[in-house]
Amino acid sequence: MADKLHFSLVSPARELFSGEVDHVIAPGTEGEFGVLVNHAPFMTTLKNGVVRVLEGDVVRYRFYVRGGFADVTPAGLTILAEEARNLSDANAQEIDVEIEAARIKLLELDAGDTKRAVLEHQISYLEGLRTALAN
Amino acid sequence: MPSLKDLKNRIGSVKSTQKITKAMQLVAAAKLKRAQDAATAARPYAERLAAVLANLAATTGQGGPKLLTGNGSDQTHLIVVMTAERGLAGGFNAYVAKLARQKIQQLQSEGKTVKVLTIGKKGREVLAREYSAQFAGHISLADVKSNNFTDAALSVGQMLTKGFENGEFDVATLIYSQFKNVLSQVPTAQQLIPATAPAGAPAIDLGGAQYIYEPSEEAILETLLPRYINTQILSAMLESSAGEQASRMTAMDNATRNAKDLIKALNLKYNRARQAQITKELIEIISGAEAL
Repeated sequence: MADKLHFSLVSPARELFSGEVDHVIAPGTEGEFGVLVNHAPFMTTLKNGVVRVLEGDVVRYRFYVRGGFADVTPAGLTILAEEARNLSDANAQEIDVEIEAARIKLLELDAGDTKRAVLEHQISYLEGLRTALAN
Repeated sequence: MPSLKDLKNRIGSVKSTQKITKAMQLVAAAKLKRAQDAATAARPYAERLAAVLANLAATTGQGGPKLLTGNGSDQTHLIVVMTAERGLAGGFNAYVAKLARQKIQQLQSEGKTVKVLTIGKKGREVLAREYSAQFAGHISLADVKSNNFTDAALSVGQMLTKGFENGEFDVATLIYSQFKNVLSQVPTAQQLIPATAPAGAPAIDLGGAQYIYEPSEEAILETLLPRYINTQILSAMLESSAGEQASRMTAMDNATRNAKDLIKALNLKYNRARQAQITKELIEIISGAEAL
């Protein structure tokens, strides 16, 4: 399989994607980057954003990821995301409900609670996801 | 010799106990399936993260972050003991507590200071008798629903990294029950801080090329290490929960079988006593008739 890139996307909860693809575009903290087969070994942290999986010139899958790492080795590309969702499965209304629920939770917490930062991250992730879905 | 009524009552009570243990076994079996699925689903992430860390750690020398290299001392040890929230799971909690006790005693005999952080109620109850003065904290798993341990693992992870940064301890070791299969759960001690790259992680063949790091190797390690520790805690929690259910299932299966044997023995006794009484009554009637 010299002309295909092995790509896998895993989150702590499960493996979302694993297979042979042509091209993956991912949101690195230093800027978006594309990976084709035979890419040089490369490792970067990711920011919230859309990971696009291309076959030929067509975008086949879009995943919205929250932070994590991308690791390119001769064996392929692995993305370890904190959280990831397939955009074609996501539902705008459900996300609105989740954002609302997270905001209510945030209001209930004390100012010094360590869980606040986690929730704020969660909310900004969901809002990004909502925007990505609208496009 | 117990009376017929006593025997009847005992058979009744053993029967209802058997019904309860049977129901608990079925519930545990259903929960085990779910817990096992959750543990399996989480495995790829943990494995990949371990591989990435092993890779990075191999190239970083001594100058790496403290979470990886340690802070140069190993005087104060934090033992994190992970057990279940509930009992009636055979020796599950006891085995973990036993290993924890051995570890604490061994460290203390070496003159180290030992602190204990407990996760799950049962371990705390057992260790409170001897080590309550050394308790550094407790995390409850009581409000964890449907194997969603992410939040719990995160709070343990944060507590550990913060405690380490504040110099509250030098080495943190997690003691939990590793899930081998349904019949065997192995109590395991695993060092969390300083983080150890997993032994036997496959080395990645770069074909002589150099890794490119963005933004930098140090920055990546810095974000990766806390996550690695969280992930280790998370997978330990998932394995522990699967192990708990498996252990409860086996224990309840044994209890149900015991109850069955007991009922059989009691029934035999009951029938013998009943027969003896009938014979006795017959003898009384016959000897009464003969006397006339």
